[in-house]
Amino acid sequence: MQHPVLACRKVSRLYGARASEFVTDGHLTTDNVQTLQEAGITPAIFNVDLDIERGKTFVIMGLSGSGKSTLLRCLAGLTPPSAGKILFESKNLFEFSEADLIQIHRHQMGMVFQHFALLPHLTVLGNVAFPLEIQGRPRAEREEIAQRMIRLVGLEGREHRFPAQLSGGQQQRVGIARSLAGDPDVWFLDEPFSALDPLIRREMQAEVIRLQGMLKKTIVFITHDFEEAVRVADRIAIMKDGQVEQVGTAEELLVSPATDYVRAFTRDAPRAHILTARSIMTTSPSAGPFGGEVNATDRVISFARELDASSLPLAVIENNEIIGAIDRTMLLDILIGPETQAVGA
Amino acid sequence: MKKASALPAGVVFGKPVNLRHLPWLIIVILSVILAELPRTVFPRWVQKYPTGWRLSLADWISAFMHWLTVDAHLGPLTVSGFTRALSFLLDLPLQLASMVLATGVLKGQGSEAVMLFPPVPWFALIIAIAALSWTLRGWRLAVGMTIGFLYLAVFGQWTSAMVTLASVLVAALLSAAGGLALGLLCVRSATFGRLLSPLLDVAQTMPVFAYLLPMLILFGFGPVSAMIATVIYAIPPMVRVTVVAIQGVPDELRSLGSMTGCTRRQMTWRILLPTALPGLMVGVNQVIMLSLNVVIIASMIGAGGLGWDVLGALRRLDIGGGLEAGLAITVLAVMLDRFAQALVPDARRSGPSGSRSHHRVIAGALALAGLLWIAAALWPAIAHYPESARLSTGPFWNDLVSWINIHFHDPLDVIKTFMLLHVLMPVKRFMLALPWPWVVTVVTLAGLWMGGIRLALTVGLMCGFMAVVGLWQPAMITLYLCGVSVVIAMLLGVPVGVIATQRPWLMKSVEVFIDTLQTLPAFVYLIPIVMLFRVGDFTAMIGIVLYAIAPAIRYTAHGISHVPESLIEAGTMTGCTRGQILRRIRLPHALPDMLLGLNQTILLALSMLVITALVGTRDLGQVTYAALSKADVGQGVVAGLCVAFIGMISDRFIRQAIRQPGS
Ligand SMILES: Nc1ncnc2c1ncn2[C@@H]1O[C@H](COP(=O)(O)OP(=O)(O)OP(=O)(O)O)[C@@H](O)[C@H]1O
Ligand SMILES: [Mg+2]
Repeated sequence: MQHPVLACRKVSRLYGARASEFVTDGHLTTDNVQTLQEAGITPAIFNVDLDIERGKTFVIMGLSGSGKSTLLRCLAGLTPPSAGKILFESKNLFEFSEADLIQIHRHQMGMVFQHFALLPHLTVLGNVAFPLEIQGRPRAEREEIAQRMIRLVGLEGREHRFPAQLSGGQQQRVGIARSLAGDPDVWFLDEPFSALDPLIRREMQAEVIRLQGMLKKTIVFITHDFEEAVRVADRIAIMKDGQVEQVGTAEELLVSPATDYVRAFTRDAPRAHILTARSIMTTSPSAGPFGGEVNATDRVISFARELDASSLPLAVIENNEIIGAIDRTMLLDILIGPETQAVGA
Repeated sequence: MKKASALPAGVVFGKPVNLRHLPWLIIVILSVILAELPRTVFPRWVQKYPTGWRLSLADWISAFMHWLTVDAHLGPLTVSGFTRALSFLLDLPLQLASMVLATGVLKGQGSEAVMLFPPVPWFALIIAIAALSWTLRGWRLAVGMTIGFLYLAVFGQWTSAMVTLASVLVAALLSAAGGLALGLLCVRSATFGRLLSPLLDVAQTMPVFAYLLPMLILFGFGPVSAMIATVIYAIPPMVRVTVVAIQGVPDELRSLGSMTGCTRRQMTWRILLPTALPGLMVGVNQVIMLSLNVVIIASMIGAGGLGWDVLGALRRLDIGGGLEAGLAITVLAVMLDRFAQALVPDARRSGPSGSRSHHRVIAGALALAGLLWIAAALWPAIAHYPESARLSTGPFWNDLVSWINIHFHDPLDVIKTFMLLHVLMPVKRFMLALPWPWVVTVVTLAGLWMGGIRLALTVGLMCGFMAVVGLWQPAMITLYLCGVSVVIAMLLGVPVGVIATQRPWLMKSVEVFIDTLQTLPAFVYLIPIVMLFRVGDFTAMIGIVLYAIAPAIRYTAHGISHVPESLIEAGTMTGCTRGQILRRIRLPHALPDMLLGLNQTILLALSMLVITALVGTRDLGQVTYAALSKADVGQGVVAGLCVAFIGMISDRFIRQAIRQPGS
């Protein structure tokens, strides 16, 4: 099996005056969060284990203050963890020399920031070309690459504007173009769209999905919006108070939430868009008759109308075999929750 | 304060009084009693700090300076050799600038010097500057700069102004660069910042006169000493502004730097400095203003230029001449400031900043200026602005002052007598009557009360220092003169600030007025005041008030006009009248700003002291000034330190007050 691009091994980051008392040789001396909190320490992230696979989009979710940004900063090599190891291509990211780390940042990582982080004194072109300028590439080369990136995000014709002359959505496009200019392997996005209004936000999500389809980067994406996560993610990690509650696909989180917290988090999710036929079907053998057939991997939304119109259940097919069935009550369960839950709510 | 809410309210004279204020009340009453008691009640050592207990710090400093200049070695080099070498190095840019702008290339010494090549002629400089201004900010700036320079030429101030410009340019560049470097070091190392901070405080509050003498001894009599004194005076705000501006760079931009793989140097030069630039320019503005503030003082030790002209005119009691040269300093200050501001690239401006047509204009203008310069070298007759076309407003001002003097002598005299009898003299008597141990105790207690043990120790020691070095009496006179002036400046400045914010046009004219007051050398307006009121404390007070009123107005106006719009709307919605909005919302909200203004007013008042010493006050300024004329290094430095400490004590208290809102 291919090794993950980035991995966390019992990574913790503590904030507080007495933080160093609880770390020896890169390991925490306590596994108890309460001991830390009583000592006035904020465990921004605590014993996190993660694997981030190559070419996939990994989303980190959680409420404000749950440690998402801290985790991302550790993964990106900006903040050293207090304990544990970050493995980048199987090597400890924080054991690289300063010069090597600079090279990694220049050529293998790119980041999009929540508040855009555009340099106010540079034009759009200057901002996009900035990483290349830092690398010391010749002017003609870097401007050509920058132009290509600007075209990629649809900002051609605005190269010579300054950030203050752009709308929020346009500014973030510049941020995206800039983060891609160095052709990174890993692309970090920290709540890239939460400063934007909902319509622009949708547009930008589509943009990221489109770019990902073309470029196949490894993406680490932070959001606190589950819908956004579902749209872009291959896998999602849900964080609470610095700890990872569960990692999985959107569907796994919905179907088998590991904790009540995860359940609460996914309650308002667009279930029909996420769940597949396989996860809602009954496997109890039924000979039919069937009103039609669906693939096990089809999303509910794609056959909901058909199911609604038919009085008979649909057969779920995998490898040309019927492996289960779906009827209309199941559809209702998905949309408004199973009966027991509805009474409780 | 949390403590306060726990205390019950007492009742005094039928009015509820917060018991928190009771200690202050007791202190005030006790002070009055102590001041009114006949002196003989106290033991001798309380009446007057005994000479026998005095610390001869002044002598030690003098001895140290002597040792430093005569015996001390830095490796193989003597210290004086080292300082002279430094002086030579610093003289080079100064020489170059004044060669280009003022003196031209000379051969030979003094009056026998032959000019090999003239300085830039006035019209060539105007053309070059105007073209540059136009490309930077458009025709407005170009016209403004042209008018400014024409003023200098037409009123016969050109040569002096260029001498001043040369030294201010070099001093301001050095201060700005030095301040930037120190500021960056402070950001990089917190320890360095903590060590530097008290030094900056002292440099900022100590009168320039106090360190002029050591400079002269170390670096010799001449423009370089003047320049170093200027740099010491002007550098602290630049350091502070740099620290604030750099720390204000958003974290995201720093992360951007790391993520794009910036080295440390790239981080500083590509990310931090460019984004902090607008903030840094505030510091540059301060540096320019402060540098110009000391040109007069600098001219006393051989820097020449406009300062020298002002001084000369005043010695001849030629008010008009002094005022003209003084106004030239103001004009120079305004032009330098506007030009410096224009150098900051404006991100909001549309279009590419360096378009080709702009480049062509600059190149053309520079070529033309160069040609004109060469032409001036070939035909020296055209190089100077014709004498016959010069104007002078000098006689007008002279006439104006004598006219006022003749027609308003009596009412002016009445005001003066009233103020002296009912305000100045009683306060002075009171301050001098207070026993020194009592004052030191009260200051220490106040420190303890407001900020805790650290503050108490700091202010108590500083206060005690004045007694210990034997300068208690001049210190009290300083306190009285500054205190009264600051109160009057606040009483006048706050209402003006409040009223000005209500009417934009008024604000504009007030701005111009206080800008002028602050850049016009204090000597210049001290002299008409002397002519109207004769020498003495009253004259000194007016001088101080005029100089120190600017921040009182400016900070009040700033605070009042920067109340969040939502608060005002909330007030309007609850049905406040305009007056209520002012009293209940704007003023309380502006209080921290006004306190900052008070702080600045006090510092400016203290910095005027040395100048008012010239009109016969007997305060610390006088001690410093006398020490300078007697070349008594130790006494000058010690008196200067006392002034600095008074400033720092008030600064600490006010900062503490700002930190505890509601107290
Ligand atoms: N530099 C710091 N010093 C002290 N505490 C910090 C620091 N950075 C983060 N923390 C603390 O760590 C915790 C996690 O912060 P973090 O910024 O990672 O949260 P987040 O999930 O990104 O929140 P948000 O959604 O608001 O961005 C918070 O409690 C925060 O107060
Ligand atoms: Mg965050």
